[in-house]
Amino acid sequence: MHETHFKVGPASFRVGSVWKEIIDQIEMLYASYPKPKLTDYTVTLDAIRPWRRFVRPSVAINGDFMLPDAAPLPLSHGLLGAEMGVNLQMALGWRRQLILHASSVEKDGKSLLMSGESGSGKSTLSAILGHRGWRFMGDEFALIDHDNGFVMPYPRLISLKNQAIETLKKEAPHAQFGPLMKDTPKGDIQHIVPPAQAIRKMEQGAKPALLLFPNYGYDAEIREMLPSEVFMRLTQASANFVGLGETGFNTLKHLVLDVPTFEIAYQNGDEAEAMINQLWEQL
Amino acid sequence: MSNAGLHYDTWLLVDCLREPDRALRLNDADWVALITMARAESLIGTLAYRLKNKKLPQPVAHIISDALIDSDYQYRSALWEVDCARRALESYDGPVVLMKGSAYAAAGFNASHGRFIGDLDIMVSEGGLKEVEELLLKAGWEWVKEDEYDEAYYRDYMHELPPLIHSERDRMIDVHHTILPKTAEPNPNARAMIADALPIDDGHYIFMPEDMICHCAAHLMADGDLAGGLRNLWDMHCLLSDFSGAAGDFWMRLKQRAQQHELWEAVHLSVRQSNALYGTTIPVDWMQWGISDTLFQKRLLARNGWGQKTYKLLRFAFYIRSHWLRMPPLMLIKHLLTKWRKGHKAHQL
Repeated sequence: MHETHFKVGPASFRVGSVWKEIIDQIEMLYASYPKPKLTDYTVTLDAIRPWRRFVRPSVAINGDFMLPDAAPLPLSHGLLGAEMGVNLQMALGWRRQLILHASSVEKDGKSLLMSGESGSGKSTLSAILGHRGWRFMGDEFALIDHDNGFVMPYPRLISLKNQAIETLKKEAPHAQFGPLMKDTPKGDIQHIVPPAQAIRKMEQGAKPALLLFPNYGYDAEIREMLPSEVFMRLTQASANFVGLGETGFNTLKHLVLDVPTFEIAYQNGDEAEAMINQLWEQL
Repeated sequence: MSNAGLHYDTWLLVDCLREPDRALRLNDADWVALITMARAESLIGTLAYRLKNKKLPQPVAHIISDALIDSDYQYRSALWEVDCARRALESYDGPVVLMKGSAYAAAGFNASHGRFIGDLDIMVSEGGLKEVEELLLKAGWEWVKEDEYDEAYYRDYMHELPPLIHSERDRMIDVHHTILPKTAEPNPNARAMIADALPIDDGHYIFMPEDMICHCAAHLMADGDLAGGLRNLWDMHCLLSDFSGAAGDFWMRLKQRAQQHELWEAVHLSVRQSNALYGTTIPVDWMQWGISDTLFQKRLLARNGWGQKTYKLLRFAFYIRSHWLRMPPLMLIKHLLTKWRKGHKAHQL
């Protein structure tokens, strides 16, 4: 078993695999992240059958927390397997903060949260803003502290899908990219290492100042949202709201009551950035 | 790269459950293996409960506190589910006996501390089955989509109804009328179990102590392939420790009751394993270790520090054994053939 450890924000992982190439890819891309020995979660990428390590290699994703019947992946998508395994540990296991399926960036000590379905553009927008004067905090999970309501960063490798790959290659040509994985169950996927300061400051949270629900592919529009609607949508967007019980309810309630929230529709990154700046200045 | 994780087995977990202070001397790699194995065996909540007031390394303290939050949630939702069943079955006249985790939680036993509780298991008399089924369906439970073979199999041969799931809460309920499949060789006296069950505050019943242990042993040793065995054995350890202290003739009564249910072998074996692994205090004349005990123990400990199953061949042997115990040979062949064909079809889809 080949093994690597890494820490993202407050959470740490041990990943093991019978294939050295998967571990090497992870170590290359996670090179600048801390490597604690004592980790929170274990993920294994093993052959579905002993001989499938060599013949038509097929990767079974397992870990401390699992969903039944996760589909195996071909070896060329091993890095996606690691990403899925790690995400699952957070989504099913993490209780130290409220987890929102949201991206986040920071400026002047205040954070902007963006939540929405996959395809809404929240991940791509956070990656773009991370190269335009904001500090990137995370493209997938935002961790909301129960005590002070701060957003804690979770700056894992950014997972770019389909057209977002080209967008980011133009936006950040010098960034470190992982291998291009074609025709995965989620389309084409390529990882990009977040900017250095995002990793350096990954234990530094920021008070949430603005919450957006982006909608990619529609005519430009800004709509203010009422707390009731926001609360309902965020219960759907949270991985651990139910498991946290009263604590989770209180954390979410404060976030929703304290933070102005808008839905924004946009056709491209520049348009979205202009709307975000406009809303940010009005705060 | 390292192979360290492969060199552990669940002895480490067993040791730390039995004597939590041992955990305080672990190094980082030991901790990671321990936590991984505890999660894989659904014993992380129990371990957390055992370690919660100890001075732990900071990263471990966080993991333990997460596990405690989780087991609180499990406990709360198990009791909520128990209450939902109570309301649904209010008009049913016969006793409704809670089983396993839900029973331990509702009765406040030590076995419920940190325990993972999945489905709600209840037992009613065979004659009451139809009424209970109808009341549950009326209260929002519905059949899990099964195929005809599985449905018929449950109805004809099993000790429980096909599983029901609640349409809104997404929680399962298993309604039993006895504690082993009808086709298994031991024939426990379900009528006596229900007649001697004890009422608890909320209107439900739980088995009397000896029966609770008989059921735990039947579940552990006489039904199934020992998956989740360490967790079930921990239940056994807690129950034995709770009950044996009370009255002097407990062990004698347990033996008599186990014989009455044709479960003496399973109970005796579980008691020996509980003593060997968790250090349960048992009478000297109950300790008769044999070669098969060693195999059972090896099977119970078959997992490495990566949380992976080990001793695949032994595991497979126990899988075969579980079916062997459950039904006569000819029926077994027919059953496995049908299952295999179905699996084959599912693969091709």
